[in-house]
Amino acid sequence: MRTILFLLQKEFIQIFRNRIMLPVIFIVPLVQLVVLVFAATLEMKNIEVVVVDKDLSDVSRRMIGKFEGSPFFKIKDFTFSVSEAEDFLRANEADMVLHIPQGFERELNRENRAKVQILLDAVNATTAGLANAYASNVLRDFNEQILVERVGVLGGRIEQVRIRYSFWYNPDLNYKIFMLPGILVILVTMIGMILTAINLVREKELGTAEQINVTPIRKYQFIIGKLVPFWIIALFELCFGLFVGKILFDLPMVGSLALLFLFASLYLLLVMSIGLFLSAISDSQIQVMFLVFFFFITFVLMAGIFTPVESMPDWAIKVNTINPLAYFIRVMRMILLKGSGFSDITREFYTLGIYAAVMLLLATWRYRKAA
Amino acid sequence: MNRKKTVIRVRDMVKKFGDFTANDRLSFEVYEGEIFGFLGANGAGKTTALRILCGLSLPTSGEISVAGYNVYSDREKIKKRIGYMSQKFSLYEDLKVYENIRLYAGIYGLSRKYIRERTDHLLETLGLEGVRNKLIAELPLGWRQKLAFSVAVFHQPSIVFLDEPTGGVDPITRRQFWDLIYRASQDGITVFVTTHYMDEAEYCDRVCIMEAGRIEAIGTPGELKGKYAAKNMDEVFIKIAR
Repeated sequence: MRTILFLLQKEFIQIFRNRIMLPVIFIVPLVQLVVLVFAATLEMKNIEVVVVDKDLSDVSRRMIGKFEGSPFFKIKDFTFSVSEAEDFLRANEADMVLHIPQGFERELNRENRAKVQILLDAVNATTAGLANAYASNVLRDFNEQILVERVGVLGGRIEQVRIRYSFWYNPDLNYKIFMLPGILVILVTMIGMILTAINLVREKELGTAEQINVTPIRKYQFIIGKLVPFWIIALFELCFGLFVGKILFDLPMVGSLALLFLFASLYLLLVMSIGLFLSAISDSQIQVMFLVFFFFITFVLMAGIFTPVESMPDWAIKVNTINPLAYFIRVMRMILLKGSGFSDITREFYTLGIYAAVMLLLATWRYRKAA
Repeated sequence: MNRKKTVIRVRDMVKKFGDFTANDRLSFEVYEGEIFGFLGANGAGKTTALRILCGLSLPTSGEISVAGYNVYSDREKIKKRIGYMSQKFSLYEDLKVYENIRLYAGIYGLSRKYIRERTDHLLETLGLEGVRNKLIAELPLGWRQKLAFSVAVFHQPSIVFLDEPTGGVDPITRRQFWDLIYRASQDGITVFVTTHYMDEAEYCDRVCIMEAGRIEAIGTPGELKGKYAAKNMDEVFIKIAR
């Protein structure tokens, strides 16, 4: 125990003597939260539309007006040729083309149905999907209106099924509130996994690890000495990040913060053990950086922070069972936004617990005092 | 000499790295309190042997005991009784002088109060009171090596292992460094030192000269000079190397 205290004293002195550490602890989370939360939003505003109105009728003008009135669309230009409009798409100057063919109104009047064409720039599939969904909404609305006008005159009843949406846990569909926990997860993971890994390898590079190896320090003492400081710092980061989130974005905290921190502690133990394991198999800081980044980026992209896990292929969902971030992001959102209690996250809790124990043993086993 | 207690006993020690034999059936004994020099050209296998004795590396075969413990089964017990200093190593550069001493002394289980008192005393004898609060990174190499040695013997081990401790150090500092070694030896600490400076070999009680993984000669500097009809250790070494 005394040995561990001496080691912890040394680690903390070294961490805070490092001039890069304080900015890392305070500036990085601020920048990440403020910049990334805004930048990583999936919300779409100002989808730029080029309109090709070949009908120039009352109905077509009303339809264009519908698009203009929507907060999501901005009419960028009008042309009379589809190929000209396509040029806008190619030049990346518009996201969407709305093509109303000639005879649109006539067809509508005569046959009660008419067609419009929508062309989308789908280089970014997510934006295209959203634009499509928004456009469909606008058109559906427009349809209904026309229907009411025509059928309504005839005195008919239009008792069709109407869907009314009610969005639970995030009624305003505020993307920032959805993204914020994700960014916090990334932040905490960075501190836990990357800094821990680099710290251990650095001692190997400098040769001080060898000096430690000829002393009677036990493996577990050394590992604890390496884990605890960044564990504390990362938990502090989470605290700081939640505070900033509350102040800047009014992040809801429906569930128990104690439960969140309990889960976070377990999660950190896991990612730090992974970091330690990677550093135990590396000889230099460059090696370990490559290894850590490989896992970090894979984990982040697959975790469901930016894209929903549900829309990933089955094999990816299976891979996510070994992705610590996937668990933490899910639980984080559950606790913060839904107010889930321990009984809701029991499975995640025990899974991570076992996972952490295994990785910690693996890291301790792989860390060798003698070759 | 024969009545002296043996602290390191090595019989047929072999260390192989793949096909390469770094240590080929080494056998020797080191007695309590002596300064034992391990000499040889670069790559002769000195450091490999020293690392095995310190428990940093496992031998391929052979019977080896250090401070009465077996290097296969009792490495952790050995580590409590030895000190170690290498040329590469140095103290933690981003820690201050007293922080380094406190860390290593603490690891060996000394009390904080005792560490404080001994630190003051130590810095005084080394004439380094002024740099107590300086980072190791700010000190010249010679000072660092003297400090590193003092830290290695701070917990009063029975044996201290020095791996080319004076590499890159100026002659005056080397003299001062050897004064420290003598002082430790007088306190009853056995000193096991590797070097390729032949003038340093003259300071040792006994030396062992290695060549290509084998021991070529072992004895006091006087004996070896007589045996090879040489004026000094330099000549002895050159004759053996040929």
